[in-house]
Amino acid sequence: MLQQAFNGLVGGAFYALLALGLAVIFGMLGVVNFAHGAFYMLGAFGSYVLLDSYGVNFWLALIAVPLALGAVGVALERLFIRRLAPLDPLYNFLFTFGLALILQDLVKREYGVQSQPYPRPSALGGSVDLGLFTYPAYQVFVLAVSVVVCGGVWLVLARTRVGMIVRAATERPELTRALGVDVARWVTPVFGFGVALAAFAGVLAAPMRAVNPLMGSDLIITVFAVVVIGGLGSVFGSVAAGFAVGLVSALGNYYVPSLSQTLVFILMAAVLLWRPAGLFGREEAL
Amino acid sequence: MILSRLAGRPAPLAVGLAAALVLPWFVYPPVALDIACWALFAAAVDLLLGFTGLLSFGHAAFWGGAAYGSGLIAVHSGLPFPVAILGGAALAAALAVPIGYLSVRLRGIYFAMVTLAFAQMVYFVANQWRDVTGGENGLQGIPRELFGLDLSDPFFFYYAGLPFVLAGFLVAWRIVRSPFGRVLVSIRDNPARARALGYSVERYKLLAFVLSAALSGLAGGLFALGHGFASLQEVYWTTSGQAVMMVVLGGIGTLWGGAVGAALVVELNDYLATAGFQETGIITGAIFIVVVLLFRRGVWGTARALLARRGAPRPEQREPAPSEAGRSAETVQAEG
Repeated sequence: MLQQAFNGLVGGAFYALLALGLAVIFGMLGVVNFAHGAFYMLGAFGSYVLLDSYGVNFWLALIAVPLALGAVGVALERLFIRRLAPLDPLYNFLFTFGLALILQDLVKREYGVQSQPYPRPSALGGSVDLGLFTYPAYQVFVLAVSVVVCGGVWLVLARTRVGMIVRAATERPELTRALGVDVARWVTPVFGFGVALAAFAGVLAAPMRAVNPLMGSDLIITVFAVVVIGGLGSVFGSVAAGFAVGLVSALGNYYVPSLSQTLVFILMAAVLLWRPAGLFGREEAL
Repeated sequence: MILSRLAGRPAPLAVGLAAALVLPWFVYPPVALDIACWALFAAAVDLLLGFTGLLSFGHAAFWGGAAYGSGLIAVHSGLPFPVAILGGAALAAALAVPIGYLSVRLRGIYFAMVTLAFAQMVYFVANQWRDVTGGENGLQGIPRELFGLDLSDPFFFYYAGLPFVLAGFLVAWRIVRSPFGRVLVSIRDNPARARALGYSVERYKLLAFVLSAALSGLAGGLFALGHGFASLQEVYWTTSGQAVMMVVLGGIGTLWGGAVGAALVVELNDYLATAGFQETGIITGAIFIVVVLLFRRGVWGTARALLARRGAPRPEQREPAPSEAGRSAETVQAEG
């Protein structure tokens, strides 16, 4: 039971990282990035290719892959997203949807749909005694890293000048601009950062989840539900909902296995019924 | 009344009807049926996207739900195929009531995310409920018959199914032209004002959502019967995306443009499949991106704009009311 809860938190760590990236991108650009799942998948594949073809180990991949894909994100924002930004947000949603299809099928063409193996980093191969039960060290590491990263982003947003600008630009872009802050300067880095977070989650997922071209698309739809539950436009809500949904689905899976995949959507329906703006969302987002 | 209005623009209608009637002579009959089904599905999605301003990214739930529903009715009851198709459409409408009730509370991009999530839930249910849906194997061996008449020949089934597609288009066209349709357009353009005028915006949106789902279900049921099976692909998110893509390619808010988009996409997919190219997402995704970046009016919208420009010096030639529902994609872009 406790172990189930821990499994849930580890699963929630991925939801939280992905929801965090989606939320900061959405906050700054007003863009729902459908390709977020594809970048997660590319992150996992990137680390697989680096190890398989070049012998680059997990730790280096954990830094290099998010940086590389973040740069791709920067280029995408500069070339395309920016061009569609003044239009209805639906167009950027459709653009990133098309992008996700292309990325997913390009990888599928190259590697097929079967899962690729990725070994755990040797330093984290064993298991840890957590007092009440022993647990694979790698999963403990994933949970810890996710908490640290989410906490770090929260600190940056809450305590630094950059974070202040991003938050202000998220809530009142016009007013922030009127106060003399160059909002446009931060749009590209924030998009790149969000994509890098997705890639980071993908690298983390490689040793414990099946590395295949479809791993991102199914996950991202669940993450959409997580973002809706946590609150539209709320960074904190997205992260909190990520962990909460992971926990609830694992426990649900334990007690009612037949509901395991649908539980998150039932939760979403309940939240929409009770608080359409989400648990931590602002009503004006509606 | 309907006939007189239809008669008002005879040329395009006659061309469309003629195209629908001769289609299976020019393309492989099963592909012809696919085009007809997807055309109706796209029109149903456009009813929401183009005329109500709601991008549903979860219409696979209704298309696929009806595919399973119609298939189950046909397999287990032995009733004639029209009953199965209408039963599937009714199931899709029933499914749309709770999903729509919850989704229309959200606007714009959130609506798209929530409908996508609910459709994924339907997908998981279809995947897990193996006893009924056949899980990953799908629902196979769906019969097509009408009072003992076997219709499994795709050529004949095309003509047996065509009346449903045409009826669906007629309903969609009537909705768009009705006072109800005008209210939908006003909600699309200015929801606050529509509310101020006393219209219950949520109720109108919900009704539009359910009607659109029923038409999608009509198309999905026909599709499943035509193929003789219903698979998980029908409820998968790529199916929702494909329908939206057909609408964008054909032209948002044009209703008929979706049929053009459907024909192009189905033909392209068929061509790629014949050529042995399996990763169709590379091509369809690229088309999606090009259309969204450069060609937002779509085929139909561009053609109409060109015609309007050519006809501009002689304004008496083209005199529909300025509030004519189907407008170019630009008006959709304008609202938040």
